[in-house]
Amino acid sequence: MMLCEKCKEKEATIHLTQVMDGAVKKVHLCEECAASSGFDVQGPSSITDILLGIGGGSVLPESGKKDRADRACPHCHMKLSDFKKTGRLGCPGCYEAFEDELVSLLKVMHRKEVHSGKVPSRESVRVRKSAEIASLERALEEAIEAEQFEEAARIRDRIRDCRRAVEKKKEKPDGHVED
Amino acid sequence: MLKIDDLLKQPGGWLAPGEDNGIVISSRVRLARNLQGRAFPGWAGEEECARIWQDLLPVLRDCKSLSQPLYTEMVELNGLDKQVLFERNLISREHAQKKKGSGLILRKDERMGVMVNEEDHLRLQAMEPGLNVTSIWKRIDRFDTEIEKKARYAFSAKIGYLTACPSNVGTGMRASVLLRVPGLVMMNEINAVVRGLAKIGLAIRGLWGEGSEAAGNMFQVSNQMTLGEREEDIASNLEQIVLEIVEHELNARVRLMETQEDLVRDRVGRALGILSGAHILSSKESLDLLSDLRLGSDLGILTAVDGRTIDQLIILTQPAHLQKVEGKKLNVKDRDMARARLVRKRIEKAMGGAR
Repeated sequence: MMLCEKCKEKEATIHLTQVMDGAVKKVHLCEECAASSGFDVQGPSSITDILLGIGGGSVLPESGKKDRADRACPHCHMKLSDFKKTGRLGCPGCYEAFEDELVSLLKVMHRKEVHSGKVPSRESVRVRKSAEIASLERALEEAIEAEQFEEAARIRDRIRDCRRAVEKKKEKPDGHVED
Repeated sequence: MLKIDDLLKQPGGWLAPGEDNGIVISSRVRLARNLQGRAFPGWAGEEECARIWQDLLPVLRDCKSLSQPLYTEMVELNGLDKQVLFERNLISREHAQKKKGSGLILRKDERMGVMVNEEDHLRLQAMEPGLNVTSIWKRIDRFDTEIEKKARYAFSAKIGYLTACPSNVGTGMRASVLLRVPGLVMMNEINAVVRGLAKIGLAIRGLWGEGSEAAGNMFQVSNQMTLGEREEDIASNLEQIVLEIVEHELNARVRLMETQEDLVRDRVGRALGILSGAHILSSKESLDLLSDLRLGSDLGILTAVDGRTIDQLIILTQPAHLQKVEGKKLNVKDRDMARARLVRKRIEKAMGGAR
């Protein structure tokens, strides 16, 4: 039986994953301690809220190095502390501004780190091709795992073609290539 | 303009009475999209939201996919009308509270629409009765492509579509299927299903979800993760899993009838008794009883009341729909009486027709 980390008496039945200072921590609590810490165990809260400990993050000890500069997004001026309070970002630019913090959060949430779906047709050739490469690399892994080596070779060639297209684009930075 | 009274004349895009097999009710896909270089609605402030609405309205209104849609800003609607939209699964509870600049644009048949300035600038949504996630994805993909020709989306080559909440980043896609699983609930097997789904990254919650409560044994299953999977795969994975749940449910129903047929017959009979005789019915009680009735009709125990009548009652007995039908605002007590009246009348009519 796993004991609750807080009261160290009852069985821990609530297992939470939280992100603190960029590191992932597991928290094991009994139902009562979870409730008394303000976790809405039943509630349909967003996974972001849970990971950031919104609505009851008091279980984890506050980190000692509290005063790491509270950076702000240069585009919308949202502060990192604002995001940690609300669990919502201020603007698309925040993803770059808070990249360090978000990387580990995204990994826990999605178990993957790279987009491999639709790409808007308006995006530049470079963006579209690099998204395609990411998606092809995944297909390549799958093909190798399934020992479909002919398929894997075909995918590898397509990745090479994509990489060439990206390289070409770099040489002519202002070529408005719209294919 | 969007007139709520007109919507009430039609069955709703997701709950098409009688069109489902009694287990899978409807499928739904939503895509979260945002405009490049603009603050997300929760951080933008009312004025910027109003500008975004002004920018997006003409773009969306002209989309062929919506074929001359209905539209409204949330501030133009009264509380009851917003509640109707919520009960029809067209807006979220949060969206109903939104101020200036937040709105809804909707195809007349309710099968596709956009919430503007909910948590994201655009929340495209499409739904259909039955298990149709892949075909809905294809439809909403075309709609999305239409919009992106005129609006520049916030997009990153590495992590895809950028959304206000990091849990939606990547595809911005949430696919969900609404299911009725009384067999799994009555056989006490639903918890195992819930745990199993969580393990493979799917979320399950009750319809009109208040916590873990699932009124009427209706559950919504959806993908949790949006980054790293292709949209087609999200759709087909979900469909695959739902087919497995349907299999489990059918299996549970067989075992239920083998081991507890008396109990089931009793339950269905009691449900019919209460629904056709009660004078006060809360919305939870009527949903649960209607669910028992629907199970009875699916199992062939009950032939007098058809599935279509039952499904219509499920939506019409919701608080806001009920008040709309009655044509006035009602307090809880009057609502419970009006609900019982409506249910009695409809069931009487159905049974009269069957005789």
